[in-house]
Amino acid sequence: MNRNSAPARTEDPIIICRDVQKWFGKYHALKGISMEVMPQEVIVIFGPSGSGKSTFIRTINRLEAHQSGQIIVDGIELTHDVRNIERVRMETGMVFQQFNLFPHLTVMQNITYAPMYNRKWHRSKAEKVAMELLERVGIPEQAEKYPAQLSGGQQQRVAIARALAMQPKMMLFDEPTSALDPEMIKEVLDVMIELAQSGMTMIVITHEMGFARAVADRLFFFDEGLVVESGTPDELFNFPKEERSKQFLAQILSH
Amino acid sequence: MRLLRPNLTLRRRMALPVAPVTDPQTNVLPPAREGNTALRWIKENLFSSLFDSVLTIISLLFLFFALRLALDWVFNLAQWDVITENINILMKGAYPSDQVWRIWLGLYLLGAIVGINLRAWNRELNRTTIAIAAIPLILALLPFASENARINLIIIQVTSAAAYLLTSILGDKRRRQLAAVMSILYIPVFILLLEGFTDEDGIMPLVKSDLWGGLLLSVLLATVGIIFSLPLGIVLALGRRSRQPAISALCITYIEVVRGVPLISILFMGNIMLQLFMPQSLPPIDRVVRVMMAITLFTAAYMAEIVRGGLQAIPKGQYDAAYALGFSGLKSMRVIILPQALRIVIPVIVSQFIGLLLDTTLVALVGLFDLLGIGQAILSNPNWLGRSQEVYVFIGLIYWILATSMAFASQRLEKNLGVGRNYDESQ
Ligand SMILES: Nc1ncnc2c1ncn2[C@@H]1O[C@H](COP(=O)(O)OP(=O)(O)OP(=O)(O)O)[C@@H](O)[C@H]1O
Ligand SMILES: [Mg+2]
Repeated sequence: MNRNSAPARTEDPIIICRDVQKWFGKYHALKGISMEVMPQEVIVIFGPSGSGKSTFIRTINRLEAHQSGQIIVDGIELTHDVRNIERVRMETGMVFQQFNLFPHLTVMQNITYAPMYNRKWHRSKAEKVAMELLERVGIPEQAEKYPAQLSGGQQQRVAIARALAMQPKMMLFDEPTSALDPEMIKEVLDVMIELAQSGMTMIVITHEMGFARAVADRLFFFDEGLVVESGTPDELFNFPKEERSKQFLAQILSH
Repeated sequence: MRLLRPNLTLRRRMALPVAPVTDPQTNVLPPAREGNTALRWIKENLFSSLFDSVLTIISLLFLFFALRLALDWVFNLAQWDVITENINILMKGAYPSDQVWRIWLGLYLLGAIVGINLRAWNRELNRTTIAIAAIPLILALLPFASENARINLIIIQVTSAAAYLLTSILGDKRRRQLAAVMSILYIPVFILLLEGFTDEDGIMPLVKSDLWGGLLLSVLLATVGIIFSLPLGIVLALGRRSRQPAISALCITYIEVVRGVPLISILFMGNIMLQLFMPQSLPPIDRVVRVMMAITLFTAAYMAEIVRGGLQAIPKGQYDAAYALGFSGLKSMRVIILPQALRIVIPVIVSQFIGLLLDTTLVALVGLFDLLGIGQAILSNPNWLGRSQEVYVFIGLIYWILATSMAFASQRLEKNLGVGRNYDESQ
């Protein structure tokens, strides 16, 4: 069920990565990743633990600095320039495996603070948008609770609403469901599928291959800091070319 | 750390139905308590075995005799005239009697500010609020208070109540703004009142700070130290973590040097050295101000380490989330990280404050007459020979009351802010 209805893409890529490399001390974590993401595209990244998936996605909003290569997000090249970094971060929402909600703030405050402080919205506007987002993710009744009073699935949906409140042009997801109990995974995936179908540009690290089949335009298989193989879901699931991708897919699809 | 205690304020604020609190780990209700009577409690806790019973009886006997001795001393043996005769000097030192109305005026203001703050930060009147609000009245009822003091204390009480009621007119947000502004302005205004600003014949002639003393001075030194050492400590803690090597080296040096030196030597340095380094053209800094600076600078080093401890307890994911949302480094510190870090260390900060209060007794060694210093001065008067027990018990009691109220206030604050609330699930 790929989104064939999506408009023909004639625009420029919204994310451009060219030969991105990253070292942690002596350890070569990213060995030259290249990727171009078009507006409204949904990219799924998967691969074994330690292959550099998180590191890569975190270079896109500069939570990690890359050391060579080029990253251009929404026309802004990421360098040491702090102003550019903050501009990119405003346009890039991120959802983490561990939710990372702010425990001292209510759900409402978690969602409204970033637009109020960083986009200078008036509180009433921020709260109105927050309520709409909470409704969109299905938990409008939790607005005044604290994160610790919510279930994992609810917390992750708040985290998605919090990222969306900044009205980003693209969303990065780093294993958003892998800290969740099975019965909560679906409620989060449903929100993400709805988001993908609404036309959001997304890069998602996940091993939920059902999600990938449903909404991904392209899949990237990472191993040892490199993109081993990439292609449409059909290409990767049905005709994987590389031996390592075959093995890995066989493993995760057998579950 | 998991929380087993319900967050009452939170529930109240949200007007949730109060359900029995479940253990979040197991979701099991606490066992029902049947026949929860005092007798049962006594039996279960004090006389559950022969050994227990013997211990209980021995302790009770001990307590009984100790209490009887203490009461006997307080009511029959002790001669409290040394306190009642000297109460004024114990409270204010050598501050001129004809200017004491300025202290009282300052205290009326304080009463008003307490009233405003109680109204601004508390959702409803509860027992604690009332207890805090009624302190002047309680003091007015103390046996050794003079007629004059009683009247003034009652005026403070009235001012406080009036301020409380007047603040009620304002909306929630305005109340808090008012409370914050007034509290910040209060200390400088109070010091200005004490110090005076007109010449001899004016309404507020200068009173040199060498004359300030007693409880007044002790509380003033402690309050100034508390108010200024925390922000300075935060700046030092952030500086220590700075990526700029020069800044962090500077902060580390400052913190470690100050922590390696006893307060008393810093007091001496502030007292003597500061004067030597100052250019002759500038007027000399007032001695009390020098001591205030020394106390603040000393405490700030400890505060910095406490705050750093709190900062270290904040997981990296909180920074990630803040940065990813577009918060700048400074803003994420101020809005996301510091509020969490400070909450965690409230208990440690307060015990540092209590230490600071008790350490102000050291200023007697550089020639200031704080409460303890005044006590010793009184005892050196041959008229009061042999009354040292009374004087020291009285002074000790005052410090104990001050320190305990701070500890108590800290517990309230922790509860209100939900310190120790279970944060794990969101990390
Ligand atoms: N801050 C860091 N310092 C040093 N090494 C790091 C750091 N962050 C990641 N690494 C290393 O870089 C490699 C890639 O890590 P990364 O977190 O990107 O892997 P991943 O593909 O996301 O794995 P997982 O599926 O377990 O999340 C790992 O070997 C990891 O140990
Ligand atoms: Mg990862």
